[in-house]
Amino acid sequence: MSEKVLMKGNEAIGEAAVQAGCQCYFGYPITPQNELTAYMSKRMLEEGRVFIQSESEIAAINMCFGAAAVGVRTMTSSSGPGISLKQEGISYIAGAELPVFYANVMRGGPGLGNIAPSQADYFQCTRGGGHGDYRVIVYAPSDVQEQYDYTMLSFDIADKYRMPVMLATDGILGQMMEPLVLHKYKDPGDLPSKESWRLGDPATQEPIWITSVRLGDGELEEHNFKLQKKYEEIAEKEVRFEETALNDADIVIVAYGTSARVAKSVMEMALADGIKVGLLRPITLWPFPEKRIREIAEKVDNILTVEMSLGQMWEDVRLAACGACRVHLHGRTAGGVPEETAIVDQIKTILSSKGDEIIRNF
Amino acid sequence: MERIFTMPEAMKPEQTLYCPGCGHGIAHRLVAELVDEFGIRDRTIGIAPVGCSVFADKYWNFDVISAAHGRAPAVATGMKRGRPESFVICYQGDGDLAAIGTAETIHAANRGEHFVTVFVNNAIYGMTGGQMAPTTLVGQKSMTCQLGRDPAIMGYPIRVCELLKDLPGVAFMARGSVDSPKNVLKTKKYLKKAYSNVLEGKGYSFVEIVSPCPTNWGMTPVKALEWLRENMLEHYELGVFRDCDAEA
Repeated sequence: MSEKVLMKGNEAIGEAAVQAGCQCYFGYPITPQNELTAYMSKRMLEEGRVFIQSESEIAAINMCFGAAAVGVRTMTSSSGPGISLKQEGISYIAGAELPVFYANVMRGGPGLGNIAPSQADYFQCTRGGGHGDYRVIVYAPSDVQEQYDYTMLSFDIADKYRMPVMLATDGILGQMMEPLVLHKYKDPGDLPSKESWRLGDPATQEPIWITSVRLGDGELEEHNFKLQKKYEEIAEKEVRFEETALNDADIVIVAYGTSARVAKSVMEMALADGIKVGLLRPITLWPFPEKRIREIAEKVDNILTVEMSLGQMWEDVRLAACGACRVHLHGRTAGGVPEETAIVDQIKTILSSKGDEIIRNF
Repeated sequence: MERIFTMPEAMKPEQTLYCPGCGHGIAHRLVAELVDEFGIRDRTIGIAPVGCSVFADKYWNFDVISAAHGRAPAVATGMKRGRPESFVICYQGDGDLAAIGTAETIHAANRGEHFVTVFVNNAIYGMTGGQMAPTTLVGQKSMTCQLGRDPAIMGYPIRVCELLKDLPGVAFMARGSVDSPKNVLKTKKYLKKAYSNVLEGKGYSFVEIVSPCPTNWGMTPVKALEWLRENMLEHYELGVFRDCDAEA
């Protein structure tokens, strides 16, 4: 049964988590994700599950660490400053190989910044975020439906690879309302059992130790090589992206989330002026669709990265393009949202420019 | 011949790496003996905190998780809420519990979380080499208060039981010591009460254990026990601070 409703993005994340069997939600207030914590405070208790408004973001992520260790599905959510506080815990979770889902409804930074939508946590999201050699899988939805769908998927992927999985959204996507199909959660059926490693289970014969400390000679390096092998498998299998109108494109935009929505309007507007704009929308920010971008870079002369940050994803696109074409940047920050006309103007400037010139607009 | 003293089943047959005269070995054993006495080893989860007891997993013969520094009460909360049938022992030192993890400690107690906290107070940071702890006594010397703790500059030693005892979520709170056989037995009695409270769902139960750290105090084990009795027990009064049964 699939019901169609009108729902806020933040609430869609919460409902998807409930449907996916999240047993424990731990959160701390921060704008612009408060609707999610509020939603869970009611829904989790209605379902007889665990909701705690913790004393801090640090406590919330460590409660997730504990709940994941006893083998139940668990999540937390926050926004930039709170996600920064959670990084210690996320690093421990990655080191201990536990499945935890968390949502970052991004706002403007650095520091306390502002509460306006942003994509400025891209570096933090895609580079692990905390200390040590680790990765997290990052899904970047671009509408309310995707926030629902990728929340559900995140729980499965976290369980599959036993690692932290993040939903990177922003203040616009979190707070806007859109029609949403509330489809039921389907267990993929092939997820690994938690019975052999979960704590406190009388059925396990030998004592289990869950830890991220490995002090023995070479022990941590061996463990990190094992993690790296897992990350390589993920980079091979879990890359997701959407591509639109890439054939015969005069220029290709690379943009995710809210920026990708703007890019779709740009495509229509530019076409009216006879310019064919293609779009590559990364859905996973890590693993990044670098192979596809490299292929595109070999076919077109120009790529334009559009982001609500000042060149953070641009670095990854340039790395992927590896000099095969010019990679330009349209960046806004701290609540600034890219404007269609400004992007179309920049595209015209790019297409009339020559040589190796890189056009940056911010 | 009748065997009257054995290694608890809840202890692994390992020699601890703790320094001579350290109190952790006794505290670990008390924790383990009670796990056996209550017959709960298969559902017990211990927390190995950051500090000297970070290797508790090597000694306890039940499930153990290593928590980040100070975060043990939050991890314990997540485990107990996620698996209510588990029995969670939140084992922490003074830096972990009363400095970096103060917020987690207070709020777990205030929520009345259903786990046992074992707080080993030796008035110093052991593993990092003897820095000033929140419980370091006035005048006591350490690596980071080499002239002695001056309260005008460094504040006063925190009495954690006195700080937490009035929170309504607390079912039991007591302070024992491992300086003598008599006090070890009394501490075990407190721990037993804490375990039974949690097993009966009465709420947050907390036992502080005043404990020697000869290495970082710069004393022989015997001298450390004398110093503990003469100085620590003066500031950290032993006894029961809260007992929900006595009040009822």
